[in-house]
Amino acid sequence: MLAYVAKRVGMVIPTFIGITLLAFSLIHMIPGNAVEALSGERGMSPERYQQLSHQLGLDRPLRTQYFDYVGHLLHGDFGRSINTHDGVLQEFLTLFPATVELALCALALALLLGLPAGMLAAVKRNSVLDYSVMGVSLTGYSMPIFWWALLLIQLFSVTLGWTPVSGRIDIAFDFPAPTGFMLIDAWMSGEDGAVASALWHLILPAIALGTIPLAVIARMTRSAMLEVLREDYVRTARAKGLSWFSVVCVHALRNALIPVITVIGLQVGTLLTGAILTETIFSWPGIGKWLVEAIHRRDYPVVQGGILMSATIVIVVNLAVDLLYGVVNPRIRHNS
Amino acid sequence: MALLDIKQLSIGFGRPGAPLIAVDGLDLSIEEGEVVGVVGESGSGKSVTSLAIMGLIDAPGRVSAQRMELAGRDLLALSPRERRAMLGRDVAMIFQDPMSSLNPCFTVAYQLMETLRIHVGGNARARRLLALDLLRQVDMPDPARRLDAYPHQLSGGMCQRVMVAMAIACNPRLLIADEPTTALDVTIQAQMLDLLLELQRQRGMALMLITHDLGVVAQIASRVVVMYAGQVVETGALPRIFKTPRHPYTQALLAALPENNLGRKRLQTIPGVVPGQYDRPAGCLLHPRCARAAPRCVSERPALEGRPGSQVRCHFPLTGEEPRA
Amino acid sequence: MNRPAAPGPQAAPSPLVELWHYFSRNRGAVFGLFTVLLLFFLALFADWIAPHSAIEQYRQSALAPPAWQDGGSRQFLLGTDAVGRDILSRLIHGARLSLFIGLVSVSLSLSLGIVLGLLAGFLRGWVEFAIMRLMDIMLALPSLLLAIAVVAILGPGLINAMYAIAVVMLPHYVRLMRASVITELSKDYVAASRIAGAGTLRLMFDTVLPNCTAPLIVQATLGFSSAILDAAALGFLGLGAQPPTPEWGSMLASALEFIMSAWWVVTFPGLAILISVLAFNLMGDGLRDALDPKLKS
Repeated sequence: MLAYVAKRVGMVIPTFIGITLLAFSLIHMIPGNAVEALSGERGMSPERYQQLSHQLGLDRPLRTQYFDYVGHLLHGDFGRSINTHDGVLQEFLTLFPATVELALCALALALLLGLPAGMLAAVKRNSVLDYSVMGVSLTGYSMPIFWWALLLIQLFSVTLGWTPVSGRIDIAFDFPAPTGFMLIDAWMSGEDGAVASALWHLILPAIALGTIPLAVIARMTRSAMLEVLREDYVRTARAKGLSWFSVVCVHALRNALIPVITVIGLQVGTLLTGAILTETIFSWPGIGKWLVEAIHRRDYPVVQGGILMSATIVIVVNLAVDLLYGVVNPRIRHNS
Repeated sequence: MALLDIKQLSIGFGRPGAPLIAVDGLDLSIEEGEVVGVVGESGSGKSVTSLAIMGLIDAPGRVSAQRMELAGRDLLALSPRERRAMLGRDVAMIFQDPMSSLNPCFTVAYQLMETLRIHVGGNARARRLLALDLLRQVDMPDPARRLDAYPHQLSGGMCQRVMVAMAIACNPRLLIADEPTTALDVTIQAQMLDLLLELQRQRGMALMLITHDLGVVAQIASRVVVMYAGQVVETGALPRIFKTPRHPYTQALLAALPENNLGRKRLQTIPGVVPGQYDRPAGCLLHPRCARAAPRCVSERPALEGRPGSQVRCHFPLTGEEPRA
Repeated sequence: MNRPAAPGPQAAPSPLVELWHYFSRNRGAVFGLFTVLLLFFLALFADWIAPHSAIEQYRQSALAPPAWQDGGSRQFLLGTDAVGRDILSRLIHGARLSLFIGLVSVSLSLSLGIVLGLLAGFLRGWVEFAIMRLMDIMLALPSLLLAIAVVAILGPGLINAMYAIAVVMLPHYVRLMRASVITELSKDYVAASRIAGAGTLRLMFDTVLPNCTAPLIVQATLGFSSAILDAAALGFLGLGAQPPTPEWGSMLASALEFIMSAWWVVTFPGLAILISVLAFNLMGDGLRDALDPKLKS
């Protein structure tokens, strides 16, 4: 198992270095010059030009610039936003919990509905239920989620008036946010109705963001389950006198989960992509919205840092999933 | 009364319009403590029969019978729950491929203790001790260490021992072994048969041994049921059935045994294959492959005749006086 | 006894006929195919089919509801947007754009992916290492984020969005191609044509490539759907096609403020995206099943 962990971690390092190179070169690949691109049509004073060039580190040799960049990264210095002059890492860390909260709720929703739906479809193969689950999930998979989010708002917020349209909590509430996770902070504040308000704000974005993972997980669970149900050990489990429920939910599911876990890991990318769109629509103050705004403002240090951090998250989560995979699958745990 | 008593068992798959008949009017009875060999080529319906006894045939498969009794209980009248309660306790089964028959995600201990949990109960510690004892009974080398092993860490022979331990865990009165040695190394095969026979004698359980290998049957069975295309074609006690087979198919199976071909250049084989869904002939099902087929065999399907325990389904049964092929 | 007549000696059906045989059994796939054909038809003849120009503004009938609603008129079947442009006409012209984006980005990505995949599969060694690590890096970035990064470099716009989408899809083709090449190279027919003296280039394009087409066709079909989806997402974020281009995603972006008042401005462009993406996905799934020899009985 240790060797397996070491091998996986080792494979990630070149990718990691590559990501820093990519983030670094982003600023140099801009046609012309990043500072000129920033100045826009108004132009800028030579002093301001010098100052910006220096701030972006563009006045030194390329190789020095890269090593400086990596050195700064290692010290937690991701540069400063051109727009707010705050540290990129600090901004990121402030906004990140909002995205995590949203993404976790979306993923929980996807798992809670997707796993049972996929299992039911597999067990009742070729039934009306199976066809409905597959039809709905293919539609969900093909859904432009920015439009889906608008439809949800149109129905639940505009027509029915059940849920708020944007933000994380009602503006009437004002309490300290030590964790950044609104549900937890609201709960800790002890204010009446705070948790409910946070939940009501969370639910629509979570549905919008969870739709594609839900569809993918349902489809994957179904096909993994169908494969596993044909296996000999399922017959053995039945021959023991186990109930159909235990056979499916213990013996079959445990094996079917192995490929499904990999797919769940791959959903991190989908969730981040989705967060960019969902947060923009619901004015959710997370890193997705932050990045889109940075691009519109040509705030390159933020774009650079955001890309770097997002890629890091994807890599780390996939690494974690790989390791978890080893825990779930005894064949990998012992054969390293 | 017999432990297992089956009359006119039929099993079909596929659409009602174009059914695939897997088993057709099968009669089978097994006494307490008896060792019965069920023999036939692949496709003869022997495995399907055992799955039907276990109640493991799912839709679209259809099982029907005049009578199907196990340990005095009418299997056809039981609810699925009552039927499941009999599995493992009254009848247990081991399968052909031990490596894939154990769940790769659970330890040996878990899978053994699970069977005990359903039927015996008791706390986890007691069950674990029982599981260890079971591994000893099946001659598992280093049983205490194997308890926490995963199936992929065991050899095929050891996996089959675990399967046997699981099957005998709750003292079943009937053990069905479906080709228990086919997937094993030749050196392990004899050990496995010895083990099964020893357990059978110790516990006085009945053993239904399904195999395509008459040699295996000759070693341990006291009675043989020969199946062809979903039907019983001959039943008889050993060694009579080996000395004077009465059905041409039994004779052909015997003639194909390597030990009966010593000194010959080529192994004798049976030409053709078992009929499938679309080519089930009229008359005797064997006639397209039978050297002795007469016009009557083509038009009229023979019935299973004779006294109980020694029956044959042939218009012209062998008498033992024919010159041997 | 009724026996089905034994099949007489007959010519093996052509691969295309056989493909259609399996494909046509999947009703969803056939539906997808016909929708895709319809989309191509609309795209090709948009100028003749669309009742109005895509950008002409009928100011006096701005935000007119669809024809079947109170206040709607036959003149604008699906209503008009905030500046009085006919939504139906914009959708039809949008189909042309979406398919064009799909076609260009898939072709770009596919051809580059084939070349890189062939190189990685044939040359192995450090070339393979470099190419595959680069692809790993690209895969580590969430698709839309990578597209955004490319747009951040090149600047917003339709053409740049196509490049961005092509870049995003590239790793999938490279990986697929390399895996197929390595599988094919281990087969006997490759050894045979090597012995016959075929050079590496000939081996790559004449011998190995034709045998890897099936998975590439499936991936390319599915690529169309993700290209349409990503282009719409970029357009929605204002990073893709710029107004007044009738691109479905950017149509939605400008419809945001009318979510309370004019449902048709929001609903129809999204429906167009959903239907096209669904059609390509259905078709891709059907093609994969039809081309996968494992599932053939």
